[in-house]
Amino acid sequence: MIRFDSVSKSYPGTTRPALNSVDLEILKGEFVFLVGASGSGKSSFLRLILKEENPTKGSIHVLGQHLNTLSSRKVPYFRRNLGVVFQDFRLLPNKTVFDNVAFTLQVIGKSRGFIQEAVPDALKMVGLAGKSNRFPHELSGGEQQRVAIARAVVNKPAIMLADEPTGNLDPATAAGIMTLLERINLGGTTVLMATHDAGIVDQMKRRVIELIGGQIVRDELQGGYQTQTVPTQGRIPHPAASKPASAASTATQSPARPMASPSSQGEGLDA
Amino acid sequence: MRLGLILGEVGSGLRRNLSMVVSVVLVTFISLTFVGASILLQMQIGQMKGYWYDRAQVAVYMCTEIDTTGNCTLAEATEDQIAAVKQQLDSPTLAPYINEVEFETHEQAYENFKEQFADTTFEGIITPESLNESFRVNLVDPEQSDVLIESLSGLAGVESVEDQRAYLEPIFAILNAASYTAIGVAGLMLVAAVLLIATTIRLSAFSRRRELGIMRLVGASNRFIQTPFILEGVFASLIGSILAGGAIVAIVQFFVRGYLATTLPVNTSLLGMEEALLVVPILIVSGAALAAVSAGVAISRYLKV
Repeated sequence: MIRFDSVSKSYPGTTRPALNSVDLEILKGEFVFLVGASGSGKSSFLRLILKEENPTKGSIHVLGQHLNTLSSRKVPYFRRNLGVVFQDFRLLPNKTVFDNVAFTLQVIGKSRGFIQEAVPDALKMVGLAGKSNRFPHELSGGEQQRVAIARAVVNKPAIMLADEPTGNLDPATAAGIMTLLERINLGGTTVLMATHDAGIVDQMKRRVIELIGGQIVRDELQGGYQTQTVPTQGRIPHPAASKPASAASTATQSPARPMASPSSQGEGLDA
Repeated sequence: MRLGLILGEVGSGLRRNLSMVVSVVLVTFISLTFVGASILLQMQIGQMKGYWYDRAQVAVYMCTEIDTTGNCTLAEATEDQIAAVKQQLDSPTLAPYINEVEFETHEQAYENFKEQFADTTFEGIITPESLNESFRVNLVDPEQSDVLIESLSGLAGVESVEDQRAYLEPIFAILNAASYTAIGVAGLMLVAAVLLIATTIRLSAFSRRRELGIMRLVGASNRFIQTPFILEGVFASLIGSILAGGAIVAIVQFFVRGYLATTLPVNTSLLGMEEALLVVPILIVSGAALAAVSAGVAISRYLKV
């Protein structure tokens, strides 16, 4: 589904790479949490999958496409297979709920008949069946995020990327959103979610990939927000040693390699 | 469905950016009017050249007994000398350039003179003998008068060889200068129009950046994203170019046909509606093309993926 082969991403003007030699494979139907402090490279990771950025080094395969060589003319068609949700919802304020969801189908040229069927289905799925004529500002934050999710899934994407989708929501509402994402995942969609919400990650017991300073320091199935094992005190991870057990197959030995907590890890890298 | 959506986007873009759209309309209107005017001027020059050059002849003046210039020595050109010139004109070297040769005798010259200056008194001062006998030569290609001038000027009994076209040159020079000025102004205005269209489209794209971001995210094709903006620019400049076309037709109708045609001498050949109607489509097509290109360039940076 998604494969990174020693991918590095450096933005011009900085010496520290946003992503440093990342190896990773995410399989079809997985539900993956991407955790790590701000600036650890989560967003760069998601942007690389979307091909909003090109990697500085390494190669990326998504849905059988080699993104490094995907021509920019084909990028739009590639993106139709991805659904994306953001922390700030990104709804169009002057369109109704229905039109917001329908917009994505209109701009990729779906027929009116298809839109009339698919949009109510998607809204029903996210639990907003009765609110299709409301405007975004008339909805609560949780409802707005549901609209955004409906928009992301209405075209039945194979992969769903969520960048801190619960970041602006209270715990109860966030839990509702997570239930929704879980249901979408059960439908066969691969979900990759970047988050800071420790409670959610701990509760869901799904695969967790932790990034620190652009490197994968942890990749465990059924992990928590912080590693379950007791961190070894004073151990300074060598960059080479922190190379992840990248492929999902090797990540099955859970719990994974013991690691320091993110904060002490960061200091260790700086030292 | 898609067409309706695109047109809807164009409409909302135009409404949101109304003042910029109006300025695009005005600038394209004025610049294309100048373009049209300079094309018309060039056409007018071409038409006048065609008309006058056909009538402009090369005149080979023979000596009279009062001439001292040229090859003349106060002696009337003899029959032999006239015959020699005639022979030269008929010779294989010159004949291909020549369409028609007429010989004007003293008497004919006097008649023409009397006709031209009918309202002045010259009796006694001008006699038929003081007017040159001349060959009036119509050339196949009026541009090649130099050949004739070179080969005939040296002959005995020839006072001078004159290309009457030379009299017309200053008029055409003035008209040419006017048309180049119009082209220069038009060029500057077109640059302004192109930049203005680009700015308008950028503004329009900026005010719709949310939609653009979502479109790119969900995989709208580049063509779908850029078409509304290009149509927006083309629509605005199309209005301008149609106005310019109207102005050109009005200029020809009311100024050239209405004013100049009644003021200038009757036999002046002036442009008509056919020429104006030829210019209008040029203006409309070039206006639309220009807008499409500049809008396309302006929007392209919003399409980078």
